[in-house]
Amino acid sequence: MAPVEIAGPSARISFAILLCVPLINLMDLMNPLIRRIAAVSLAGLLLGALAVHSQTPSAGPAAASTTTPPNGQNAATGRAALNIVVLDPAHGGTDPGARGSAGIREADIVLELTAQVRHGLETQGFQILQTRSSNENPSFDDRSALANSQTGAIFVSLHVSSTGLSGTVRVYTMPEMPLPPTTGGLIPWDQAQASYLPLSRKLGDAVQGELTQRFKGSPMNVQSAYVRQLRTTAAPAIVVELSSVAMEDKTDLDRMLPGVADAIVRGIVTFRPSYVTPGVPGTAPGAKP
Amino acid sequence: MNPKWRLGIAIGLVVTVLAAAIYFPILKRRVKRQAQVQQKSEEQARLELVQSLNAASNEPKIKAKLFWAADAQYSDLVANTVELPLSNDPVLRSKQVLNTLLAGPVDSELRTLPPEAALLAFYILPDGTAVADFSEAMANSVPSGVQSEQLAVDSITRTLEANVPQVRRLRILIHGQAVETLAGHLDLTGTFPVSTKLVPPSSAPAGTPTTK
Repeated sequence: MAPVEIAGPSARISFAILLCVPLINLMDLMNPLIRRIAAVSLAGLLLGALAVHSQTPSAGPAAASTTTPPNGQNAATGRAALNIVVLDPAHGGTDPGARGSAGIREADIVLELTAQVRHGLETQGFQILQTRSSNENPSFDDRSALANSQTGAIFVSLHVSSTGLSGTVRVYTMPEMPLPPTTGGLIPWDQAQASYLPLSRKLGDAVQGELTQRFKGSPMNVQSAYVRQLRTTAAPAIVVELSSVAMEDKTDLDRMLPGVADAIVRGIVTFRPSYVTPGVPGTAPGAKP
Repeated sequence: MNPKWRLGIAIGLVVTVLAAAIYFPILKRRVKRQAQVQQKSEEQARLELVQSLNAASNEPKIKAKLFWAADAQYSDLVANTVELPLSNDPVLRSKQVLNTLLAGPVDSELRTLPPEAALLAFYILPDGTAVADFSEAMANSVPSGVQSEQLAVDSITRTLEANVPQVRRLRILIHGQAVETLAGHLDLTGTFPVSTKLVPPSSAPAGTPTTK
């Protein structure tokens, strides 16, 4: 018979409680001294299981609505350099995103752009994760959770707008957010981005700088916007938005994609040395000055 | 198949078809009625606007600052001065400026909010948090994208900041509901900062939420 693996602290506690039920029944047959020793041992076993549970970090919104804080107070172990890029082609599935009169759909264009960015980053030695790779629409929290469960990751969300000067590209980060109070080593899930804002801006400026060199009329610096996707992401996180689906001819937009992909790759390579993270997912971003 | 079973299935089918024939017209009538109610509430909002403007027509005209797009590319917002007979009441005043903002500038390319959208309700909480409830057209018709959605909200917050100093922050609802995003990008789950200026107590809003 194959051994049964008890995975996860909650499962371990449930297993311990299940074991206790027949043992308590057996106690009725024991003499009082042995019964007392057995009761103390059982209490110790349960307390031990609870202690293990409280020390295990949360892994995303499904597990708990909190994430490990990025202030480094509880994270102690070794440091790792930036090596994972989470690419987020926005929308998908039943949500096509912005749509142009010529039939251009944001959800399709960003998937093409993601493939090009992925190729460029892989040649630079980065490990790539994608929030979607086909016509599906994961929730905002599921997309954030993918980045939040990694060590040394950044998050790049790709969009195409329905407005703006055609042929320009803008990079966005969240505006200033109040730093959430850390309780028991955890921060609220919905304020996960707060501690990463300085690094997000640094990454945003690096990518925007590259884009502005290639796409005239694009802003010089990263912009601020209350983007829902960025708020719950516990990693340096940016949105890159191209203008626009309003183009008459899709080939004009297609021609932009290699340049945009190359600029994003170069921006991330420029940012890479300034980001050193602790060895625990979601913990202390250590930006070098 | 047993003839009894066959008869039973046939009767069952006839009953189902009859029930559907009776129920579907009723369902259709209900859907129609619901659509009329929704249309009425938006018309009511427009009517309230006209009434509020009439009510304030006795007030002296004040130079109000309204923020629309600076150009058709939505590169930024620009302040436009419009003379309006604004009320002294902060809730009524907010409704007046927001409805004028919704009506849009002379050049329709510079509008930041969809023309079909209507302000259904507006109130100010004692702590200076304003709640603006817009019709569904606000979410369905605003151009989708980070740039356009942020510009739409900025035009509302900057117009309130310039004309209603009692408003400190803004919460946006769509048809009475809290929604996650405006049109797929901008976060509507929290409040947007409007003004951090301190307001003298004499001009503070009423102590209880109002829905004038």
